[in-house]
Amino acid sequence: MDDRKNSLKVQSPAEKRARKNSRKKQRRLLVKTALITMFAACFAVLFLMPIVLTVTNSFMSASEISANYGQVFATSDTGGKTYIASKVNLKFIPDMVSFSQYITVLFKSPEYLFKFWNSVILVVPIVIFQLLVAAGASYGFARYRGRLKEIIFFVYIILMLMPYQVTLVPNYLVSEWLNILDTRWAIWLPGIFSPFAVFLLTKYMRRIPESVMEAAQIDGAGEWQIFKSICMPLCKGALCSVAILIFIDYWNMVEQPLILLSDSEMHPLSVFLSKINEGEVGLAFAVATIYMVPPILVFLYGEDYLVEGITYQGGIKG
Amino acid sequence: MLHRQKAEKKPKKKHNKLTQRAKRGTLISWGYLSPSLIGVLLFFVLPFFVVIYYSMVDNPINHEFVFLDNFVKVATNKAFQQAAANTMKFSLVAVPLAVILSLLLAMMLDFKIPFRSQFRTFFLSPMMVPVASVILIWQVLFHYNGIVNDFIGLFGADKIDWLKSSHAQVVIVILFLWKNLGYNMILFMAALSSIPRDILEVAILESATQRQIFWYIKIRYLSSTILFVTIMSLINSFKVFREIYLLTGNYPYDTIYMMQHFMNNAFSQLDYQKLSAAAILMALVMVVIIGALFLTENYFGKDVEG
Repeated sequence: MDDRKNSLKVQSPAEKRARKNSRKKQRRLLVKTALITMFAACFAVLFLMPIVLTVTNSFMSASEISANYGQVFATSDTGGKTYIASKVNLKFIPDMVSFSQYITVLFKSPEYLFKFWNSVILVVPIVIFQLLVAAGASYGFARYRGRLKEIIFFVYIILMLMPYQVTLVPNYLVSEWLNILDTRWAIWLPGIFSPFAVFLLTKYMRRIPESVMEAAQIDGAGEWQIFKSICMPLCKGALCSVAILIFIDYWNMVEQPLILLSDSEMHPLSVFLSKINEGEVGLAFAVATIYMVPPILVFLYGEDYLVEGITYQGGIKG
Repeated sequence: MLHRQKAEKKPKKKHNKLTQRAKRGTLISWGYLSPSLIGVLLFFVLPFFVVIYYSMVDNPINHEFVFLDNFVKVATNKAFQQAAANTMKFSLVAVPLAVILSLLLAMMLDFKIPFRSQFRTFFLSPMMVPVASVILIWQVLFHYNGIVNDFIGLFGADKIDWLKSSHAQVVIVILFLWKNLGYNMILFMAALSSIPRDILEVAILESATQRQIFWYIKIRYLSSTILFVTIMSLINSFKVFREIYLLTGNYPYDTIYMMQHFMNNAFSQLDYQKLSAAAILMALVMVVIIGALFLTENYFGKDVEG
């Protein structure tokens, strides 16, 4: 016993130094972690602020909005009727929480809900059918690979990377030729055949070991059975990722409807929101908030799928 | 069993059968491919040849071959030049920032800080939110009498009319970064987590400093991702029209007049020649960029992963 006590008490100077050093190191690490956390928190505040502000401001009454933000959205002098502050007072929390914006949007002015419906009807078919077409195509690319297929896949990649400035011109010409300009088909069809989902799903499907499919083939499974019972179940996660990525992209669309749908009645809410004018500012925040609800729900439900999908995009050829 | 015995007896026939099956399989796989193939051909590839044709004739009725005249006309067009210059300027500023800041975010999350997954969610959330939803608040923030001017006023700076002056580009860069950093960050996070742990541990045992670890190990392993993120950001920077249009409409301040504005105007005039020539010029630039992407990937694919 005594021996052990002694050994604890008596420390060589080197040991002491080492201990001191490690304590110092730990303290330094703690400080560093705290600093980085604070830094990250600052960033997080900046990132979330626009979203949070939009939501909180949607609970303002119309008069409060025109009082605070009247200057921003007024295109002309409104006369002396309403009070407009000389400054733009950014409000984090409204003076009085009111649901008047939502009530107006949901019950009194149906045109916003109509535009929302426009967005839904433009986006949902694209998501569903692009996935269906892409599932088949990616199976075609991943099975029985050959030189010709590689070349075609390369063309798909190039098309996927082309910006709208390039792809919208061919889309427009075909839509005109098929006489579907100014109808929803002009948005739907190029969207459905967009190469993006094909690219991502092919990359995923190529990772399924060849031996799995060969084994199924030896057991007598036909191509359809391999596709349906092996590839699709294995790709479930990837299908979710791709669906989410397509959804965000098209829910946010602006360029296509501007050019392919000259009838603004059919424009989705994303385009319409930018044209909200003076008189409607009182409910614009509520409309904006309603518009972000679907993608945010998708995000909260499928964040991991989204992250996985982005990760798969890392590296074009895979 | 019986089947196999038979096959062993006649190996030649089995071989035939196999190639036959492979042939049939290949044919079927083309069948799976065909819906997408037809769609892509019809909506993207074939009309692109028409675009090339249009870019070289004088007008759709006359069909007189003028070769490069349209290109010269577009390239000397003042509006086109401005759009190209603005787009280039924007990309030169926004892309490096997008790469560096997102790498910073990823490194922060790679460090063992509390609430990591929450931070990841926060940084990623702008990607989900449609731009159209936040432009209202953006207009409020950057208004002449808005909070941003109040803030810089604290430091004695003069008020800036953000959206209606040459500072509009700054606003757009910020909006672009806000929207795109999360995406890049995820790519970097994946790359950071794929650095082999043992290499880092050895480096620490060899008493390498954090700075050395960063420059000699992490950056080296990240180099292919850095290039990939750079090029993807460059491609995304061409899409910034969306933000600008939503924020300022069809006729923005001169310095944020982008390529897509030029295209939109050409669309509204139905000037096919101008459109086609501009689209092809743009496509050529993209081909160069994409070529760079592939080259770097080939190069680094051998260098790092091996």
